[in-house]
Amino acid sequence: MFLTQGTFSYLKPFTDAELLAQVRYAIGRGWSLSLEHTDSPHPRNVYWEMFGLPFFDLKEPQTILDEISKCKSEFPDHYIKVNAYDRSRGRQTTAFNFIVNRPKKEPQLRIERTERQDRRILYTLTTSN
Amino acid sequence: MLVIEDQVVEQSRWKSGVIPYKKMGYWQPDYKPKETDILCAFRFTPQEGVEADEAAAAIAGESSTATWTVVWTDRLTSFEDYQAKAYRVVPVPGTPNQFIAYIAYDMDLFEEGSIANLTSSIIGNVFGFKAIKALRLEDMRIPTQYVKTFPGPPHGIVVEREYLNKFGRPLLGATVKPKLGLSARNYGRVVYEALRGGLDFTKDDENTNSQPFMRWRDRYMFAIEAVQKAMAETGEIKGHYFNVTAASMEDIYERAELARDIGSVIIMIDLTIGYSAIQSMSNWARRNGVILHLHRAGHATYTRQKNHGVSFRVISKWCRLMGVDHLHAGTVVGKLEGDPKLVAGYYDTLRLNKVKADPSKGLYFDQDWASLPGVMPVASGGIHAAQTHQLLHHLGEDAVFQFGGGTIGHPMGIAAGATANRVALETLIQARNEGHDVLREGPEIMEKAARWCTPLRQAIDLWKDISFNYASSDTPD
Repeated sequence: MFLTQGTFSYLKPFTDAELLAQVRYAIGRGWSLSLEHTDSPHPRNVYWEMFGLPFFDLKEPQTILDEISKCKSEFPDHYIKVNAYDRSRGRQTTAFNFIVNRPKKEPQLRIERTERQDRRILYTLTTSN
Repeated sequence: MLVIEDQVVEQSRWKSGVIPYKKMGYWQPDYKPKETDILCAFRFTPQEGVEADEAAAAIAGESSTATWTVVWTDRLTSFEDYQAKAYRVVPVPGTPNQFIAYIAYDMDLFEEGSIANLTSSIIGNVFGFKAIKALRLEDMRIPTQYVKTFPGPPHGIVVEREYLNKFGRPLLGATVKPKLGLSARNYGRVVYEALRGGLDFTKDDENTNSQPFMRWRDRYMFAIEAVQKAMAETGEIKGHYFNVTAASMEDIYERAELARDIGSVIIMIDLTIGYSAIQSMSNWARRNGVILHLHRAGHATYTRQKNHGVSFRVISKWCRLMGVDHLHAGTVVGKLEGDPKLVAGYYDTLRLNKVKADPSKGLYFDQDWASLPGVMPVASGGIHAAQTHQLLHHLGEDAVFQFGGGTIGHPMGIAAGATANRVALETLIQARNEGHDVLREGPEIMEKAARWCTPLRQAIDLWKDISFNYASSDTPD
């Protein structure tokens, strides 16, 4: 499966320059950046592991590239995503996010169908390699 | 002097018979609206020979306490408080015999949290009143105190995004076509292809309910199979708006419950089910954690003509109060009516927390929503991938773009159509974030992506010259 979560999952992988441009946009809007990683692409897997705390007062976009490299060397076979967070009143939520690293072989999501009465089916999605 | 004049008015006010509304206290040019008053702006065309002030007073009277003759029982009430007050009348520039009346209503006139009650007063009898040739409710100021009697959207924009795990771009949808005639099994095929190709949502149309060729329960079973399968193939949360519109509340609840039980994240209702039914479904959606989509079926019968009816910005306000998560609010560029400035006014009304009065957008009053969650506007009707830059420019990021024909009509198939839409959108968001002017450079930006994305190449080639350029009926003055 090719996981299509995130704001830019139908584009070619970003070059460093493209990635920095998005980081600069976030910093310019006053949004803080953070990194998260996981080995589970399940759509209901909300809480990926945080790679350190969010970078609240980041001025230098290059820092993010360095942190991504660190995260990649530690978890080369994990999904890694960059989040931009908007703390402003009325939002207080993620502004955008995108995947910057994928496992070499992405896991599959299997559907298990449990038949119930009246033609109803209970669907369960599970991750398998 | 003043005292004597007042006495004269007092005497004539209570004489049996028919008295001009103006003299009964419904015209008060010196009235200063209270912070808690509900304010209305009405556009009106009086009958020949009826002066504008008198007509405005009549509108105030007929939408509040007045009847056609003097009743002594008024004197048993604190009628000065309950009378609506026309406090300002302004001629509409360039349109002879058309005026805007500003009318203030005391908040006590309205039941808390009831749009049915609010509308029975304000757009009740008065719209058929003979002394007025035509009447249109242009805008309303809802005081914070009254706003706070409504719980608003069951989820709102922020919670919907967090629930769906989709940020930073408009959501993409498609209405299944043909909207009538497909069997349930074929219908599910369209849902599956569109979702696996890259859309977030597919949608039943307003009149897709439960007809002989496809009963609702069969549609639900096949469509949810399609949704689940597309989720497994993409790892993304997907939804299909199951239209639960039906003949009775019992039927509506039955359909909504099944949609919930089989795991749908979203359901839809039509505006035709009525205001109380909408509020009931809003409560249901909040209780059950299901996103509520509202299709504005029928609205143009009363929102489109500029001289008579109710403006869509007022309908938008009522919908935000009644509490829906999605509302169709215009595309600007598609096949359905919508002046760009007025559509911007509807989108502001649905999404912002504080909306400033702006005559160029048709907004007559400041409106403070007091943190009531925003409604996600939906752009749907005759739009396609090659217009994505215009949609993004006019409508912004917190919106659903729905390409029905523009997905399903793709020459390489439905999934390719969906991919074309998603690639067009993502590449434009990337460029916008990089600082590009997407309205001006949009076609070039999408051309660049079309070099590596064949589905987008074909979508642009097929549809780039399609547009619906007709003058709008409803425009700012």
